[in-house]
Amino acid sequence: MQDKNILEVKHLVKYFGRREILKDIDFTVDQGNVISIIGASGSGKSTMLRCINLLETPTSGEILFEGNNILDINTDIPLYRTKVGMVFQSFNLFSNMTVLENCMTGPVTVLKRSKKEAKETAMKYLEKVGMAQYINARPDQLSGGQQQRVAIARALAIEPQILLFDEPTSALDPQMVGEVLSVMRELADEGLTMIIVTHEMAFARDVSTRVIYMADGVIVEDGTPQEVFGNPKSEKTREFLSRFTDNN
Amino acid sequence: MATDMPTSFFGWVVFVLHQYGGALLQGAGVTLLLAIFGTFIGCIIGLLVGIVQTIPITERTNPGIKIVNKIVQFIFAAYVEIFRGTPMIVQAMVVYYGSMAVFQIDMSAMAAGFLVVSVNTGAYMAETVRGGIISIDKGQTEAAMAIGMNHIQTMCKVILPQSLKNIMPQIGNNLIINIKDTSVLNVISVTELYFVSKSAAGVYYRYFEVFFVTCVIYFIMTFIASRILRYIERRMAGSADYQLVSDPFADPTGVFPNNTPKKGGK
Ligand SMILES: Nc1ncnc2c1ncn2[C@@H]1O[C@H](COP(=O)(O)OP(=O)(O)O)[C@@H](O)[C@H]1O
Ligand SMILES: [Mg+2]
Repeated sequence: MQDKNILEVKHLVKYFGRREILKDIDFTVDQGNVISIIGASGSGKSTMLRCINLLETPTSGEILFEGNNILDINTDIPLYRTKVGMVFQSFNLFSNMTVLENCMTGPVTVLKRSKKEAKETAMKYLEKVGMAQYINARPDQLSGGQQQRVAIARALAIEPQILLFDEPTSALDPQMVGEVLSVMRELADEGLTMIIVTHEMAFARDVSTRVIYMADGVIVEDGTPQEVFGNPKSEKTREFLSRFTDNN
Repeated sequence: MATDMPTSFFGWVVFVLHQYGGALLQGAGVTLLLAIFGTFIGCIIGLLVGIVQTIPITERTNPGIKIVNKIVQFIFAAYVEIFRGTPMIVQAMVVYYGSMAVFQIDMSAMAAGFLVVSVNTGAYMAETVRGGIISIDKGQTEAAMAIGMNHIQTMCKVILPQSLKNIMPQIGNNLIINIKDTSVLNVISVTELYFVSKSAAGVYYRYFEVFFVTCVIYFIMTFIASRILRYIERRMAGSADYQLVSDPFADPTGVFPNNTPKKGGK
C-alpha cells in the first residue's frame, strides 16, 4: 500500500457571494505526498486550502478523507481537523500562551492527553523545529521565523495525518525564510503528507512530489516538478513561471 | 448646649467626623459592597450576554437552534438598549416600587439596589465584552479551530483570556462608576454613603462640612480602587522578558515553568 490515497477533492466549487472562486477543482493526495500549490495571488489557493480543513464551507463538491466525505452533515469537524493540521501565513500563535502552552493546548484540550504526556509531545516537536529553548517565551517576544517554527510544532503536536501550509514564509523577512523551509524540508523527508501553498519556486521544485498550478480558480497544471517546471503543458503556466523568474 | 458647637469649618469637620464618622464609614461600606458585588455580578451577566451574542451561526447550524438564537439575541439586545437608555435612578424606582405593585415581591431596598446595579452594569459590560471578543484577530479563532478546538474550547482557552485582558480597564471603569453612581440609590433609601451623609447633614444643617467629608471618602475609595486595578492590569500584562531553557525537562517548576526566578540581564 505504497500509494494509499488519503485525500481526494472532487468537483470542489466555492462561491463567495455571486463570485465563483473555485471552479470544479479535482485532485488527489496520496500518503506521503508533498504537494506544492503555486499560482498568482487571488487565484484561489488559500480558499482551496481552507476548504480542505473546512475553515471555509465549500459550495458544492466532495472532499474525501480516507474515503469518507467530510462535507457530510454528520462529520465531526473538530475531530477531522485534528487529522488535518494547518500552518498560516501570519503564524497565529495564541498570544495569551507561552511557546510551550501553545504546543500543549491541542494535545491537552482537544486530544485530552495528560499534561505530562502533552509536554513530552510538545517538547519533541519544539526540539524538531529548534525552539525547545524558548518554551517560556510569549509569541510577541519572538521573531517571525521563530514564531512560524513554533506554529509548525503546534500543528505537529496534534499529530495530524496531513499538514496544510498557506504561504508559510510569505510574511517573513528574507533572512528567516531559510530556517522555516529547512524545517519543512525535514518533515517532507520524514514522509509527512503536506500540501503547501508557496511562492518559493526552488523549494517547490526540489521538495515536492507534485506541483499544482492554479489560475482563476482552476487547476491548470498538475504534475511532477520536472513536468510543471521543465515542460509545462499550458501556455498559462509557462507565462506564470517566466514572470516569476523575471521578478526574482 | 449651643455654646459647645464648633465655629470654624475645620471645627465642624472634626465635629462631623466625631459625631458621624462611624455612620459615614458604615455608609461607605454599603457603597463598596454594592459597587463591588454589583460590578462582579454585572460582569458575569455581561460576559454571558456578550458570549451568547457572539455565537457564530453558519450554514451548517441546525434551523431550530437558529430560531432560538434569533429570539435570545432579540431579548438580549432589548435588555442592553433598555438599561443603557434609561437613568439608573429611574430604574431603581421602577424596580423597587414595581416589584411590589406588579409581582407582589416585598423586596428590601438593599436587594433592589443590588439588582439595579448588577443589571445596569451587565448591560454596559455586555457591549464591552462583545466588542472585546470581536476585536480579537480572526486568525486566533482559525488557529484554534485548525487544531480541532470546538467553539466553547476556542472561547475558553483563546478568545476570552485575551478579551478579558483587553476589557480589564473597562471593568475597572465600571467599578469606579458604580462606587459613585450607587449614590442614586438614596432615592429608594438604601443606606449607602450619600444617603447617610444627607441624613447627617440634615441634623445640624451643615451640608457643606458633611459633604466635604463625604467627598473625601468617595475620592479615597475610587482612588484606591483605580490603583488596585492598575496593579492587576500590570500583572496581567506578564513579564517583559523570558529566559532560554537549556534543558527543558530538568526545569524544576514542572509543566508551566513560568515562575522560574529571573536570570540577570543577558
Ligand atoms: N471571505 C471572502 N469573502 C469574499 N471574497 C473572498 C474571501 N476570501 C477570499 N476571497 C476572494 O477570493 C479570491 C481568491 O482568494 P484567495 O483564495 O485568498 O487567493 P490566493 O490565496 O490564491 O491569493 C480573491 O479574489 C479574494 O478576493
Ligand atoms: Mg493566499
